[in-house]
Amino acid sequence: MGRYVARRLVQAIPTLFGIMLLTFLLTRLSPTDPVQLMLAGQSDLTLEDRQELLHELGLDKALPLQFVDFAWDVVRLDFGNSFYYHRPAIQLIAERIPNTAQLAIAGFVVAALIGIPLGIIAALFRGRLLDHGIRITSVLASAVPDFFLGLLFVLFLGVQLRWFPIGSMNVIGEGCGLCWDRAWHMVGPVLLYANGGLAVYPRYLRTEMLEILAQDYIRTARSKGLRERIVVGGHALRNALIPVVTLFGGILTIVLSGSVIIEQIFSWPGLGRLLFEAASAKDYPVVTAAVLVGGFLLVLSYILRDIAYAWVDPRIKVGK
Amino acid sequence: MATQVAVADALSQADLGRPSVGFWGDVSSRIRGDVTTMIALSILGAMIALALGADLLSDHVFGVSYSKQDLLRTFERPSFANEPAFWLGADNLGRSEVVRLLYGARVSLFIGIFAALVQLTLGLAVGVSAGYFRGRWDDIAVWLISTLNGIPTLYLLIIVGLLFRLDPISLVILIGLLGWTGEANLARGQTFAWRERDFVVAARTLGASPFRIMLRHIVPNILPLMIVTGMLTIGGVILAESALSYLGFGIQPPVPSWGNMLTGATGFYYKGPHLIVVPGIAISLTVLCLYLIGDGLRDALDPRLRGSQAVKRISRRRPPAVGPR
Repeated sequence: MGRYVARRLVQAIPTLFGIMLLTFLLTRLSPTDPVQLMLAGQSDLTLEDRQELLHELGLDKALPLQFVDFAWDVVRLDFGNSFYYHRPAIQLIAERIPNTAQLAIAGFVVAALIGIPLGIIAALFRGRLLDHGIRITSVLASAVPDFFLGLLFVLFLGVQLRWFPIGSMNVIGEGCGLCWDRAWHMVGPVLLYANGGLAVYPRYLRTEMLEILAQDYIRTARSKGLRERIVVGGHALRNALIPVVTLFGGILTIVLSGSVIIEQIFSWPGLGRLLFEAASAKDYPVVTAAVLVGGFLLVLSYILRDIAYAWVDPRIKVGK
Repeated sequence: MATQVAVADALSQADLGRPSVGFWGDVSSRIRGDVTTMIALSILGAMIALALGADLLSDHVFGVSYSKQDLLRTFERPSFANEPAFWLGADNLGRSEVVRLLYGARVSLFIGIFAALVQLTLGLAVGVSAGYFRGRWDDIAVWLISTLNGIPTLYLLIIVGLLFRLDPISLVILIGLLGWTGEANLARGQTFAWRERDFVVAARTLGASPFRIMLRHIVPNILPLMIVTGMLTIGGVILAESALSYLGFGIQPPVPSWGNMLTGATGFYYKGPHLIVVPGIAISLTVLCLYLIGDGLRDALDPRLRGSQAVKRISRRRPPAVGPR
């Protein structure tokens, strides 16, 4: 197990390097002038001032040397100060992560609680009306864009029926972390996250469950007279849930991308909204930091997924 | 032995009542029998036709262009009692929602179809060659794939949308260049399985060049699977493009895309709810059709998927045995 973990960690190094290289190249290849960007509005800049500023930023060096500087900064998690907030970008990001995590965790608990049973039901009723119904729901859930669903939620349940608030985390003036008010504000965004899971879980679990129900040991269990409930719940379900572990690694992709949209719609002050606001305000250091931190978290989640998978299913280690 | 030859003879001479059907003929007849897929195909076909005819329709039926503003009719509600240009109402600047939807369809479908084509071509090229040659090239391909997978796609698109001003063509190239990893992974895995097949070994023994083996023996066999994936990819690209444009980093106004038609929508909850509902339904319906077509194609291309579970298990492990054509 230790060797597997070590190998998996070593494999991640080139990927992390690739992410840094890609981000670096994208920012340096852009036609936008960084000096102009930093000093938006101040046009009384002499050529010497400009050169000096470029030198200060290290932008007059050769590209490979610039990359070395960039990589060194990234390793120390120093992404520079936000143009807008005048605070370290990494600090801004760290502040926002708990807010995003709160939503995402709640969302995926809801998604799993709805999606996994639906997948099992679909498998048990294969080919019947219920199965088709679940399949159509799941296809619909993946076809409807998050932002459309979110806007509909706000439009009908927020604006017209006034059941739910249309944004932010708390009623103004009430600053609580975990209370009824917060939960009330979370309903909309959590449902949106759950929708992302609803598109994936039922399908996945259905295939898995059907595959396992066709195995010999299920036939053995049935022929020795076990009740169907025990065969399905004990023998089949337990094994069908193993690969669900892999889904949790992929979750972070949905969370990171989904949070930009979901938090923008519900004005939820999380990582996604920070990225959106920073990108809208051309706040470069924060955008770069968000992309890199997002990438690193994603790679980390893939590693954790593989390790968890190898842990629950020992056959994996032998393979690749 | 003698009886077998006799039976084979009899079979070859017997009139079986219908001409023999090739692989694609079989696929198309299966699709024609599949009601859901046919409905989805006709809706999508109608949308493509409407999108292609956007110029004609806006000139001769609706009589306004997509950027014509009529400030006296802002937020006009949809009603068929209106003149045709305002059947679906008007937006915050009094522009015809119908006409904007048509031009938006053009942008969204164009980007969806062509970016998916770029992804498919790149994915096939990288995946098949990596799977066939293995070794150093495969390592590089895997590194590229894991790097691109390591950054959330929307983040990448946002950062690029921020740095460059994007028009539909540059978005096609961009989404194509950044999003081919799924296809490449699939093609690579499939190639691993096919390159060990007897007929590929035979072709190699007879001296066929690697290029010929890949193009004539491996690609045709994984193409059906890739086409199914391609349908899902078009849907995925349309979703990604509309999300990006919705956020304001994709297609820039005044060019309408289904995504950027929703951009200001949060400000119009009270005045113009139809401005949220109309483009949203257009996106959802299109993507739904593409996903349903993908599902239908998968069933048609691989009839064994519909058989018993035992067969299903085998077909999941091994690619569909179509044989070289």
